[in-house]
Amino acid sequence: MDVEIKQVRNTLVVRVQGELDMLIAGKMRKEIDEKLKDDKIKNLIVNLEKVTFIDSSGLGVLIGRYKKIAANGGRMYIVGAKSPVDKILFFSGINKLVPMYNSEQDIINI
Amino acid sequence: MRGGEDQPLAGSVMHVKNYVRFEFQSLPENISFARSCVAAFASQIDCTLDDIEEIKLVVSEAVSNSIIHGYGNKPSGKIVITVSILDKKTLEIIVEDYGKGIENLEEALKPTYSSDPSRMGLGFTFMKSFMDEMEVTSNPGEGTSVRLKRSFLAKDKEAYA
Repeated sequence: MDVEIKQVRNTLVVRVQGELDMLIAGKMRKEIDEKLKDDKIKNLIVNLEKVTFIDSSGLGVLIGRYKKIAANGGRMYIVGAKSPVDKILFFSGINKLVPMYNSEQDIINI
Repeated sequence: MRGGEDQPLAGSVMHVKNYVRFEFQSLPENISFARSCVAAFASQIDCTLDDIEEIKLVVSEAVSNSIIHGYGNKPSGKIVITVSILDKKTLEIIVEDYGKGIENLEEALKPTYSSDPSRMGLGFTFMKSFMDEMEVTSNPGEGTSVRLKRSFLAKDKEAYA
């Protein structure tokens, strides 16, 4: 419901909805990590288009998944972050590690 | 910290125009309730939607800290929030818990300090950055109190200058 996950070849696409605080962050961490047990998955796209709030718990989950993906030689992207979420992402500096795009389509076009 | 540390407590010198005080259990489900409540109350002040978003963020950080660090994720703790409007344009938020307290406050207040490596240690950084004043008092074994204050008129003047 709040976290929807699908797999496209070796990429995991995670769409989150609502307010990404400690409650949803915990759920998101659990669900992504469960899927990442599959060695075939290399890359991660997190779609924040429908996220209306993020705090340091949400940022923590994103940075934690980035570390996992990067350690495995994969790539992670954040897409669709809008105000006020984008401002917090920039403030935290996570955009320096995880490239941010407007839509999932933008990544396919890279 | 943008505010002067040597200033007296706002509540003691400024007239409180209005306040609310509420308490709730230390459950992650209540964080959203807490920040929405404070935001709804704060909307009595003439502030922007961006300001309201920042208020929601700092409340979320303070309450998450109490749940994670104060109570070690135990749901039986009590968190008390007092929000006051002082002199029409100043908001004061006090978040108190009766948890284990912070042993080394100086260390905890350092940017990016975190007792948990999976978290970013941005909680206090956000609170300091988005408010004019942040004051943390903690007694090991007794609990922690975070007082946050921000005046909104000065910011509007800056924005329209």
